[in-house]
Amino acid sequence: MTDQKEMHESQHHIVSPVTYAIVFGALLVFTALTVGASYVEMGIFNPIAAILIACIKAMIVVLFFMHVKYSSKLTKLTVFCGLFTFLALIGMTLADYISRAWGQW
Amino acid sequence: MSDSTAIAHSAHDAPEHGHEEHPAYLRHHFENVEQQADAAGFAMWLFLLTEVMFFGGLFTAYLIYRNWYYPAFVAASHQLDIFWGSLNTLLLISSSFTMAMGVWCAETRKKSGLVLCLVLTFILGIGFLGIKTIEYKEKIEKHHVPGFHYSLNSFLNPDSDEAAKKAGDQPLPLDMARHTEVYFSLYFAMTGMHALHMIIGIAILGFMIYRAQAGAYTAGHVTFVENFGLYWHFVDIVWIFLFPLLYLISRHANT
Repeated sequence: MTDQKEMHESQHHIVSPVTYAIVFGALLVFTALTVGASYVEMGIFNPIAAILIACIKAMIVVLFFMHVKYSSKLTKLTVFCGLFTFLALIGMTLADYISRAWGQW
Repeated sequence: MSDSTAIAHSAHDAPEHGHEEHPAYLRHHFENVEQQADAAGFAMWLFLLTEVMFFGGLFTAYLIYRNWYYPAFVAASHQLDIFWGSLNTLLLISSSFTMAMGVWCAETRKKSGLVLCLVLTFILGIGFLGIKTIEYKEKIEKHHVPGFHYSLNSFLNPDSDEAAKKAGDQPLPLDMARHTEVYFSLYFAMTGMHALHMIIGIAILGFMIYRAQAGAYTAGHVTFVENFGLYWHFVDIVWIFLFPLLYLISRHANT
């Protein structure tokens, strides 16, 4: 029993509360930043800044809160494949809708 | 997700299926505890990917319709209150933090710490839904819920509407004003599905608080807590994207 348990615990990375606290702080800062940025007139860069900050926040959550940074290669590959498929699908859909009426006006 | 009920009552039958000793929560079909944990984590991520695709469809619909009916989406999003949206973001990020701390407590076998973290996550989740209720109530009162009683008043006569007036909205032509209903359809579909995920999560949290008090997750088998953590953080990520898309990106877009 001890043998199995030790092996399990040696493989299993425990993320420390300090890391969690830093991540929490970073998320709060980025939230304040994105709310603040929405009050500044930046034209086309308003949505870009908002989405960019959201992506950074999501990445921090996935890497640290969801332990992907410390996970097996299989988990990393799974997350990456999912993200890639999602972006490919959304990209193709948007490309279709944007180009559908080209040359027809 | 395998539950850790196995710990509680299978300690006595463990030797039956053992040439060698192993923890009672290790199922027959796994080589060792590590393989079991890997398989559970992998499966949880596959489930989350299906969730990504599900919410991704809604986000794509939102992007396309926003592109088509841009003035309607801008005017309609001015009806949302940034204060409530920010407060909800704060609550949800905090609940993600307490959940992450809960996973740490389970891993380091701190039972009272785990129960405290789960209770805090539970309360913050309820708080989020409470604020969502306040926002929904306002939409119902202003007849901004799509359907037979939908009112175009805020968009045809922006001066009669406090939020629209504050944002400096100009009256929309009737055909464009009608498309604000598309915005609110997507608003309720997206925040409603997100809220449904929160409700499911809170229900599971209640179950986990009950089980954690019995010491179920602090005896070495943390898979259930860990995988629930993944689910909870995923719900947080959905909100991280919903918040800017619905509340923030159209603040300045009508000048």
